[in-house]
Amino acid sequence: MVILPELVLAAGALALFLVSLSKTPSAQTAKSVAMVFGLATFAATLFAFQSQGSLFYGAYAVDQYSQLFKALIGFSLALLLVFGQNLKGISPNVRPEYYLFFLLSVLGLMLLVSSVELIAIFISLELSSFALYLLVPMRDDRTGIRVQMEAGMKYVLFGVMATGFMLYGMSLLFGLTGTTYLKDIIAFLAKGDLQPTVVVAVLLVLAGFFYKLAVFPMHFWVPDVYQGASNETAGFIATLPKFGAVALLIRFLTVPTGQSSFLIELMAVLALCSMFYGNLSALVQKDLKRMLGFSGIAHAGFVLLGLLALDQEGYGVAIYYIAGYVLMNLACFLVISNVSREGENVRIEDVNGLYKRQPVLAFVLAVGLFGLAGIPPFVGFMGKFMILTSALRADHVVVVCLAAINTAIAIYYYLSVVKAAYTAEPGERPPVTVHPSIQLAGVVLVLAITLLGALPARFIDFASTVVQTLL
Amino acid sequence: MDLLLIKEGFPLLSFLIFLPLAGALVLLFYRGEAFARLWALLITSLTAVCSLPLLFGFDPTSSKYQFAELYTWIPRLKINYIVGMDGISILLVLLTTLIMPFCVLASWKYIQQRVTPFMFCLLVMETSMIGVFVALDFVLFYIFWEFMLIPMYLLIAVWGGPRKAYASIKFFLYTLAGSVLLLVAIIALYLKSGSFFIPEMMWQPYSLTFQVLVFLAFFLAFAIKVPMFPFHTWLPAAHVEAPTAGSVILASVLLKMGTYGMLRFCLPITPDATMLLAQPILWLSIAGILYGGFTALAQQDMKKLIAYSSVGHMGFVTLGIFVLNSRGIEGALLQMINHGVTTGALFLCVGMIYERTHSRELALATGVGKYMPWFVTFLAFFSLSSFGFPGTNSFIGEFLVLAGTFEYNTFLALAAIPGAVLAAAYMLRMLQKIVWGGTANPDQSYLTDIGVREIAVLTPFLLFVFWIGLGPQPFLDLMHTSVSTLIDQLHHWQQHQQVAAVPWH
Repeated sequence: MVILPELVLAAGALALFLVSLSKTPSAQTAKSVAMVFGLATFAATLFAFQSQGSLFYGAYAVDQYSQLFKALIGFSLALLLVFGQNLKGISPNVRPEYYLFFLLSVLGLMLLVSSVELIAIFISLELSSFALYLLVPMRDDRTGIRVQMEAGMKYVLFGVMATGFMLYGMSLLFGLTGTTYLKDIIAFLAKGDLQPTVVVAVLLVLAGFFYKLAVFPMHFWVPDVYQGASNETAGFIATLPKFGAVALLIRFLTVPTGQSSFLIELMAVLALCSMFYGNLSALVQKDLKRMLGFSGIAHAGFVLLGLLALDQEGYGVAIYYIAGYVLMNLACFLVISNVSREGENVRIEDVNGLYKRQPVLAFVLAVGLFGLAGIPPFVGFMGKFMILTSALRADHVVVVCLAAINTAIAIYYYLSVVKAAYTAEPGERPPVTVHPSIQLAGVVLVLAITLLGALPARFIDFASTVVQTLL
Repeated sequence: MDLLLIKEGFPLLSFLIFLPLAGALVLLFYRGEAFARLWALLITSLTAVCSLPLLFGFDPTSSKYQFAELYTWIPRLKINYIVGMDGISILLVLLTTLIMPFCVLASWKYIQQRVTPFMFCLLVMETSMIGVFVALDFVLFYIFWEFMLIPMYLLIAVWGGPRKAYASIKFFLYTLAGSVLLLVAIIALYLKSGSFFIPEMMWQPYSLTFQVLVFLAFFLAFAIKVPMFPFHTWLPAAHVEAPTAGSVILASVLLKMGTYGMLRFCLPITPDATMLLAQPILWLSIAGILYGGFTALAQQDMKKLIAYSSVGHMGFVTLGIFVLNSRGIEGALLQMINHGVTTGALFLCVGMIYERTHSRELALATGVGKYMPWFVTFLAFFSLSSFGFPGTNSFIGEFLVLAGTFEYNTFLALAAIPGAVLAAAYMLRMLQKIVWGGTANPDQSYLTDIGVREIAVLTPFLLFVFWIGLGPQPFLDLMHTSVSTLIDQLHHWQQHQQVAAVPWH
């Protein structure tokens, strides 16, 4: 039962496939099946949290590292399904398929965090990505100009390009070492005698994950995809794949390249470019999702800053940061999905007076945004603080100062949304009614964001010990 | 950790920090408006009463941090939950706890909409304000310091005046932008000293360049909070738009955090940089005193007038801190308390007029003396106190600061004198207009004088005005040991530096 979560997800996908076969597929059935399997997956990840094992001739490792990520993915999946239960932007007759690909994509991510062999990594990444590519154009065509198609195309084309880079890098790694097992690759390269090709190969592979994480310069897809995809899909794209990306980035950063100072400098530059580009572009956005997209680029830069230290401490902090980031993003997308009345995009002025129209959602939104802005005591602050500490310990003074200045830039656009929600008058906009379960999900998120921020010690200790097993 | 006097038994400081927070959480569940008012009053009063044992248990002969508590929090980074209090912070803590019940009372009728969230914000605010003054771990300090922005932002943004959106966002951006580099400085200090425990960072042999950089990061954050000229522009906007309770909190407590930070962090952590950069800061203080005075003289809006007068008064405080002698610093500390009492009371007075006339325009509030004799009596005393009339509290504070400044540099002190004159000018101008006005007073006959609740709010402020004004010794005794220890250490450090520097010459 070491792969129970994966099995549950696969079973869920099959069940939805059966639902989708019927001539008049019921959206309600699809939703119930997806919810049941989603929650069961979360339960299964907790159940399988302690399990250890190695499957498929060592290509698939179930260890504490992968189980931690699976539990995080499972938790976020459950929340996503709960607050996205109305699926407003998706036509009811494709909902079984929507949920089918949704679960398949999560399955791909779960497989990804356990894969320790190049081919397995590639296959699970593609399973996750292609299912996700399909979700984007499934949105209703409400604008008449098919923005969702444009977004889908951009997502696929950029994604395929990134995959190409990654495959090329993997082929180089295989050519250099004669094996596809990460463990053997690391052992082979650790013997020394490193050629410059190694760093090229590792960089190419990293590029594939930079794409997922939306690090500059692999970020071009982000704004359009966030804007073009339905609110729930964007919420998915903005959260779960980040776990997979960080998990695999850490795995590949442990590959010895012999050029670590070059790698560090490069990553520092990319991190700064991501932050400045993301934050400065976000300042002028009117569309809330697009703004969060740019903010995501900036936060990817912060994650990279954590990885920069290339040590156990930094990796543990990066995991903490990404977990916090996903929680805060989920809080924001929870509000977006439910403020949107028929699945249309939410502009910043659409949350005007939200605290009068729906106080709970306004509170969740404020906590999410203040968290993203890095105001204590929320998790965003602790993550930022830990990352700055680990980067400053590694003597990147200038980088740290510039990163700190970035947080001051970022506060403006986060605050402008809070300002709309709390100070603007609602005008003609009607009150927002939401299901109690969604409010509950919001409260759970607020609690998680606050508690993880106020009491980070156990999580970071755990993440750091888990990372230790990789080094 | 021998600097701490660990409090055995009941954790009083933590209780004071978390009681308002717990009270706020209760308000999430019981949302009745009448209940919220009473509950907030009860909790703030309880906090105030429970803070009195601090005064009785405090040992004024020791410069150690008293009532200290220590719990491990994030062992990986040596971050601990450490709180404690010394002669520098005790009066500020008491000022905070004692002033909060009056903020609740002042909002009794003023706030008619969303009473529960308002009281929630006030209580959360109290938690973070007390936290800032007693935190002895830098991360803990920073968390309280930054967290405070959220409730204060909401107090202005939701319950503020017509330009609340502009004022609140300006307040937030200014203060946050100022403190991002503070965080970097904190981390840098941690990496040098190996701990986030504030006293352990003090008097360490950091290089001068490092000290100057850290000092500048500190100074930017604190100068914006004070606010020192030229970082003051957020203050008038925030004061004018904030509800009365928000203005009182801002003036009485929030501004003190900046000067408290300078005293607690700049001086002992970066002594060399402080001595190096004291001169320009002193002249900035003078600029603030004069600028605040002149600008206040020209205001038509009562709240703006008092806001600019705050810039001037806080200039006296920074002046007292950076002359680096014990008279100056004691005067500065006392002036912080005085400003909290007097300006807080003045904002309450303006709030009382505003509740009646729904305007803060000076021109519309002329000649109310005839119809509100009780009110103008209080107002007169607070105005006299504000410009440092002998017998009132500010006289003692400003006198000590000026005495310290004369000791330091005569020219500097002479430059500050016009500030005191200006204060008299703008305050008397306001007082004259409100009490008598001119021939063209608007019809004020509909006004009713202040009631028992409002008299009860103002009387304690008046008590402190005269208590500190006539018998300041008990207050000075509380701070004396801590301040003189600080000064001794500074002199010791100075001599040590000179000795160390001799071989190079």
